[in-house]
Amino acid sequence: MRIRALALLSLVAVLLTGCGGSSHRDAGASTSSGASSAKKLTGTLTVFAAASLTDVFTDLGNRLKADNPRLDVRFNFAGSSALATQLTQGAPADVFASANEAQMKVVTDAGLPADAPVVFAENVLEIAVPKGNPGRVRGLADFAKPDLTLAVCAAAVPCGAAAQKVFQASGIKAVPDTEEEDVKAALTKVQLGEVDAALVYATDVQAAGSDVTGIPFPEAEQAINEYPICSLEAAPNPKAARAFIEMVQSDAGQKALAAAGFRKPSA
Amino acid sequence: MRRRRGLAVPGPVPVPLLVPAAVGVVFLVLPLVGLLVRAPWSTLGPALGLPEIGQALRLSLLSATLATVVSIVLGVPIAWVLARSRIRGRTILRALVTVPLVLPPVVGGVALFLVLGRQGLLGRWLFEQFDLTIPFTTTAVVIAETFVAMPFLVISVEGALRAADARFEDAAATLGADRWTTFRRVTLPMVAPGVAAGAVLCWARALGEFGATITFAGNSPGTTQTMPLAVYLALQHDPETAIVLSLVLLVVSVTTLLLLRDRWLGRSPVA
Repeated sequence: MRIRALALLSLVAVLLTGCGGSSHRDAGASTSSGASSAKKLTGTLTVFAAASLTDVFTDLGNRLKADNPRLDVRFNFAGSSALATQLTQGAPADVFASANEAQMKVVTDAGLPADAPVVFAENVLEIAVPKGNPGRVRGLADFAKPDLTLAVCAAAVPCGAAAQKVFQASGIKAVPDTEEEDVKAALTKVQLGEVDAALVYATDVQAAGSDVTGIPFPEAEQAINEYPICSLEAAPNPKAARAFIEMVQSDAGQKALAAAGFRKPSA
Repeated sequence: MRRRRGLAVPGPVPVPLLVPAAVGVVFLVLPLVGLLVRAPWSTLGPALGLPEIGQALRLSLLSATLATVVSIVLGVPIAWVLARSRIRGRTILRALVTVPLVLPPVVGGVALFLVLGRQGLLGRWLFEQFDLTIPFTTTAVVIAETFVAMPFLVISVEGALRAADARFEDAAATLGADRWTTFRRVTLPMVAPGVAAGAVLCWARALGEFGATITFAGNSPGTTQTMPLAVYLALQHDPETAIVLSLVLLVVSVTTLLLLRDRWLGRSPVA
């Protein structure tokens, strides 16, 4: 079954590179008009990326498309663990960007990446409270108060794993009312004003705008999420995959990530 | 006064019916076979002993049963109004009542927030007056499940009422029974199999409810984490546990339905 799926994938890859080849000839014919047009990317680029990257990657994808008008960029944003499962089940993609090393390891263990994953950003947790902070939350210790309504991510997803780590490191016994299935779901509950506080990423607080107030806390440094990215062995469009990863690592890409609240990788 | 229905046709099944029927059965059964094949049989024992499985299963059975009871109490009268009364706007009423059938359950969950949440139309008042919050409680699970599952009961019972012979009710009326007595003594016994079938359908839907529950009730082991939520979260890091949980849910629901079918519904096919 797996062999057949692989055969199908490679067939698709051959077909796509075939298309790439013919368009390359077109590009070659027009080289006289502009030297750079020979390098233009074509076809479809499929990027699987963690939900927390939604805004930045959409922006970077649009930039890549602006430089390469014949390239179609498609994104699949979801919880990293859901994406890792989809990839190991054979979902076709060119690039995978995970919100932590653990989910990238799932993909690496399955032998899917074409090259070694590189860390391109870091993210820390922040306490998100609704506008006006009705629960008067001040720090991480408030997550031990049973009379507050509190949300964290489930331990299975990266933001939940990070939350567990900070609670353990600081010795706080958290009493969450709900363990959400991904970070955006936790944030939604803050935006609706249904919880007094949730533990989400600093970048989510920034993206949420004025409905949500962020409270940074020192214990967050105990659980810094590193975001690795890689191109995939079965990538139908490896050239575009490489171009996208280069863009993420470029000064422009790093600037966009910093503007969204991500940190530069420390290593 | 049992009517004969589903009269068996003698002779072999015609091929134009047999082939699609067989394909359909294979399509429905094959995913279940997949679950059984991939189930980690060797480690099934220890996996079943996990405390979170028993906890989630108890919560699922309790909340689905409560949701069914609420659905019967509220849904049977709705079905009667739709099938028997002459009030205006019944078509619109029927459409409104069946909206949860087409609404994506996650949207249903958000809608429940907007009404019963702490910031909701009713919920804000409950919170300010009585310090009562509904979201993230077992009550919220029952409410979410009732919202999604009750339309199944209403539709079943309305169908049963329409199929039932109204002359018995007319006879009761001519003998001097008022409408409430007629409903209690004549209509309800007559459509009891339909109510039971609707209740079973409603219970099964409530048992499998995921979207509205995880949205409105959240996910907290022991309080709001039902089996479908546990399966979904297990799938993210430990697919084998997810398969075990699914098997448990499958076995429990099939057993319950078979037992109920024999006990309540007799063996006769019902609408």
